[in-house]
Amino acid sequence: MNALARPLHALGRTTLGAVAGVGYAAMLLLESLYYLVAGRRVGQRVRLAAIAQQMREIGVDALPIVALLGFTVGLMLGIQFIASLAEFGAQSQVVVAVAKSVTREFGALITAILVAGRSGSALAARIGSMSVSQEVDALAVIGIEPVRYLVAPALVAMLVMLPVLTIFANAVAIVGAALYSAPALNVTPSAYLLQTLSLLSPGDVWQGLSKSVVFAVLITLIGVSTGFSVSGGAEGVGRATTRAVVLSICWIIVVDMVFSWFINR
Amino acid sequence: MDAPAPLIEVTRLDAWYGRRQVLFGVDFTVRPGEIRVIMGGSGSGKSTLLRHLLGLQRPAAGSVRLFGVDLGRASERELLGVRRRIGVSFQGGALLTSLSVGDNVALPLREHTDLDEATIRIMSRLKLEVVNLGGFQDLMPSQLSGGMVKRAALARALVMDPRLLFFDEPSAGLDPVVSAELDELILRLRDALRMTIVVVTHELESAFKIADTITVLDQGRVLLTDSVAAVRAADNERIQDLLNRRPREVPVDAEAYLRRLTEERA
Repeated sequence: MNALARPLHALGRTTLGAVAGVGYAAMLLLESLYYLVAGRRVGQRVRLAAIAQQMREIGVDALPIVALLGFTVGLMLGIQFIASLAEFGAQSQVVVAVAKSVTREFGALITAILVAGRSGSALAARIGSMSVSQEVDALAVIGIEPVRYLVAPALVAMLVMLPVLTIFANAVAIVGAALYSAPALNVTPSAYLLQTLSLLSPGDVWQGLSKSVVFAVLITLIGVSTGFSVSGGAEGVGRATTRAVVLSICWIIVVDMVFSWFINR
Repeated sequence: MDAPAPLIEVTRLDAWYGRRQVLFGVDFTVRPGEIRVIMGGSGSGKSTLLRHLLGLQRPAAGSVRLFGVDLGRASERELLGVRRRIGVSFQGGALLTSLSVGDNVALPLREHTDLDEATIRIMSRLKLEVVNLGGFQDLMPSQLSGGMVKRAALARALVMDPRLLFFDEPSAGLDPVVSAELDELILRLRDALRMTIVVVTHELESAFKIADTITVLDQGRVLLTDSVAAVRAADNERIQDLLNRRPREVPVDAEAYLRRLTEERA
């Protein structure tokens, strides 16, 4: 009896915890949206300055690393597609292959994973250390709703900056692919880029962008909810940071797959 | 004229952490103008009581009223109204580490008022002067000593000119001189600004020095609320244990003891 009960007990407990976590994140999302829409009326205005600061930290500061990774991934895709398509003598298809795979998948995915590692973890660490040192309580008793002050600006900034970064990563990756593939195809890089533009449909770009919006919500909610649930001092903050990154990346990849399946059915 | 209405009115408050009850039917009343010290050992429930007074936790049973507003049932707007009229200095200061000392002190003004930046600057520097931190507004909280952090937190608590001030463990982690200075500061604030002050502490010396009245908490129950002299003279054994730093004798219930040892989820 006991041998069966114990794993069942553990399973039930884990399930309950997971459901509670999702519920908590959903509550944070609804509360942030409430303060964004109605905050002014209840004296909890979401400050533009706070949003701008978050946008700088999440978006602008990430530009160099997004550029670097985007470029590298583009280059890599160029190399791989040229090599594998050459087997069928179909090198010329590399343009469309790179264009579609970058805009539909890799741009959004690479950017989201990078931002999860940079900003999702930063959100968890910041909010986590704030709850440990009672700063979250202090905000509440000053009359500043912590969700309004800490979550809403980050959510807006993420929703704006992740798609922007994704577009940027798309562009850089395609340029990276062009630099390798154009010589291999005996065309100029600018001819390669023009051909890319003529082959891309708006739907390809939208597919990546719509995913990046979902990723933005995921990264923010996982970051802040793990941050708010920190307990156990500095060690807890470290654990929450790791957890935020791992959870975000898992969710991003799974959601990406589900999305792709539904869109391309 | 009638006696002034109490600023804080707690009736039959119960609190739980999971399956453990930490407050048992606590009644607690504070009238305007007094300095009330909540005293008790570790685990007596004084921090939990404070969290309820601040509206950070909802009562499991009973009610907490500040300025006549029931915190458990108040609308968001009412709660905000209460919070603008109270100031809180947390045990560790709880200054926002991302903001300078000056910005920390100015934060409530920036969020709750439409004052222009120059006025806010002057008002926050005034409060820093009150706590003897004039000129420190540009430092970051991490650059301050423990006593300075507490005083900066006090300045932030005072910046909206609250009628009611809460002070959690003013002397914890401070050397005797600095904590004596903080006690003086608390007394001066009451006299100069006519504030009602609630102090949570386990430091006897500082409690006796600043208190008008003392509430002694023990294991989640109020043992006594009375003047300093009456508390000193109280013949309750637990109070005398606290006053004389005697280790308490925990009675052992054999059955409960065995249950705790053997039960899987005690």
